[in-house]
Amino acid sequence: MTQGARPRRRSERAFLFLAVAAVVIPLACLVLLLADVLQVGLGRIDLSFFTSFPSRKAELAGILPGLVGSVYLVLLTAAVALPLGIGAAIYLEEYGSGARLAPLIEVNVANLAGVPSIIYGLLGLGVFVRALELGRSLISGALTMALLVLPMVVVVSREALRTVPHSLREASLALGATRWQTIRRVVLPSAYPAILTGVILAISRAFGETAPLVVIGALTYVTFVPDGVDAPFTVLPIQIFNWVSRPQESFLVNAAAGIVVLLVTMLLLNATAVYLRERLQKAR
Amino acid sequence: MGSPLSSSLQAAEELPVSARGRAPATGLQLEGRPLRAERLIEFGLFGCAFATVLTTVGIVATLAMEALGFLREVPLSALLLDTAWTPLFVEKHFGIWPLVAGTLLTSAIALGFAVPLGLLAAIYLAEFAHWRTRRILKPALEVLAGIPSIVFGYFALVVLTPLLQEVVPGLAGFNALSPGIVIGLMVIPMIASLSEDAIRAVPGGLREAAFGLGASKLATIFRIVLPSASGGIAASAILALSRAVGETMVVAIAAGQQARLTLDPRVPIETMTAYIVQISMGDTPTGTIEYRTIFVVGAALFLMTLMMNVISHRLTRKRGAA
Repeated sequence: MTQGARPRRRSERAFLFLAVAAVVIPLACLVLLLADVLQVGLGRIDLSFFTSFPSRKAELAGILPGLVGSVYLVLLTAAVALPLGIGAAIYLEEYGSGARLAPLIEVNVANLAGVPSIIYGLLGLGVFVRALELGRSLISGALTMALLVLPMVVVVSREALRTVPHSLREASLALGATRWQTIRRVVLPSAYPAILTGVILAISRAFGETAPLVVIGALTYVTFVPDGVDAPFTVLPIQIFNWVSRPQESFLVNAAAGIVVLLVTMLLLNATAVYLRERLQKAR
Repeated sequence: MGSPLSSSLQAAEELPVSARGRAPATGLQLEGRPLRAERLIEFGLFGCAFATVLTTVGIVATLAMEALGFLREVPLSALLLDTAWTPLFVEKHFGIWPLVAGTLLTSAIALGFAVPLGLLAAIYLAEFAHWRTRRILKPALEVLAGIPSIVFGYFALVVLTPLLQEVVPGLAGFNALSPGIVIGLMVIPMIASLSEDAIRAVPGGLREAAFGLGASKLATIFRIVLPSASGGIAASAILALSRAVGETMVVAIAAGQQARLTLDPRVPIETMTAYIVQISMGDTPTGTIEYRTIFVVGAALFLMTLMMNVISHRLTRKRGAA
C-alpha cells in the first residue's frame, strides 16, 4: 500500500480516476438531491407550515398532525424497543455463553435485521391491528416499529457492551459482586455512552420509515392531532408520500418542504447522539 | 433505569455477601445456590432476547396463515402458472410473475449500477485513499445510507426521471429505470463498506509477495487481492440484492402501479412491495381474497430475501473460516 511518491503507470492513473469517480458519483447525487429539496422546499417553510393541518389547497396545507404523530410514534417505539433490545443484548453478551438457546437467538437476530421493513408492516397488520384488535392506531404503529428497530438496538447495544474490558467484570466478581450487580454497577455505566449513541441512531431510523406504517393503515389525510395511544394517526413521511403522489406541482413543493423538515430533524437526532457520546466520554 | 429490575436488584443486594458470587465467563457456579432475584433477572433478560424469536414466529405465522387461506380459494398452479396479475379487475388473474419480474427488473438495474461503483469505491478506499481522505469519505457515504427511502422516492420521481427523459427516448413518467438507479444509489454504501472490509481482510503478505515478484499495483489488485476477497464481495452484492428486492417507497412512488411481464425499463411496472403499498392505500375490504393477496406477495418476498440473506451469511462465514 505505497502512497503517492512513486510515479504511477498510465493504466494505474486511469484506474484511479475511475475509482475516484465511483466515490464522487454517489456523493454528487446526494448533493444534487439536497440542493433540489432545499431550493424547492425551503421557501415554503414558515411558521404556518408547522401549525397547519393538511388541506386541499397546497398553500394552506401543513405538517402538524404528521410531525406530532411522528414524535409520539418515535417516543412510544423507544419506550418498547429500548428495554427489550438492551435487555436482549445484556442476555446475549453477559449470560449468553452458558445459555443453550443463545446461538439460536443470535442467528435469529441476524436474520431479522435482513427482513424488509414492509414485512414488519404485514406482521403488525396481522398481529397488532387484527389479532390483538388494537386497530389502526398509534400503539399498533409503535409496536410494529419497535419490532422493526429491535434487531438494530440489540446489535448496537451488544457492540457497546463488548467494548467494556473483561478485567472490569472479573475485578467486580472477584470482589464478591453477583453477576447482575456487576452488570448494573460496572458494565452498564461504562457501556452507557456507546449504548445511548447507538440506540438514538437506531431509533432515528423509525422516524424516517414509511412502508410498514402504510401497511398497518396509518392515515394519509388527518385533520386532527392524535389524543391517545389508541387514536388513528399519520406521520411525517406518510404526509410527504401523500404529497409526492399528487400530480400538482404545488404539492411537490410541500413534499420538498416536508423532506427538509424530516432531514433536519434526523440530522439533529444524529448530532445529539454524537454530542452526547463525546460529552459523556469526557465526563468520566 | 426505572425498570422493575431495579427493585429486584435491591433485594439481591440486601442478601449477605457469602451468598453471592458466581463465576464469570464459563457460567459455572462456584458455590451455593443461585440467588432467586438473580435468577429472576436472568429470566427477564432471557425474555427480552426471546422476544426476537417471537417476532420471527409472528412473521412466519402471519404470512403462512393468510397465504394458506388464499391458497384454499386459489390453487397454487394459478399463482405460479398464470402470467397475468389482475386481482382488482373483474376478470381476476393471480399469476405472481409480473410482480416478481418488476421486482427483479428494478433490482437488477440497481445492482448493475451499484456493484461496479461500490466495488470501485471499496478498492479506492482500501488500496489507494490516504487515511485522511478516508476519514472524510466514509462518513459521507454513510450519510447516503442514512437518508430515508421516502426521500429517495421523491428524488427518483421529481429529479432523476425528468433528467433521464432527456437522454432516454420513450421513457415514461413512471418507469423501472429511474427507481432502479436510485435504489442502486441507496445500496452503494453497503457494497462499498462490506467489500472494503473483505479487501482489507486479505493479508498484506500476499500483496507484498506480488510486489516482490514484480507485479504492478493493478495486477496485484486484480490477480491477487480481488480473487482472495471474492467471497466477501459476493456476500455484499447478495445482501445488497436482498435490500433492493425489499425496498418499497422508491418503487411505490416512481415505478408505477401496472403489473406487467416485461424487461423494458422504460415503461411503468409494479414490484411486489409496491403492490402491497397499493392495496394498503386503497379501499379493498379486509378479509377478501384481493386483500389476502398482499400476504401471499409478502410471503414470497420474505422467502426470497431470506434465501439471499442466508447465502450471503454463508459466504461471509466461509471467508472467516478460511
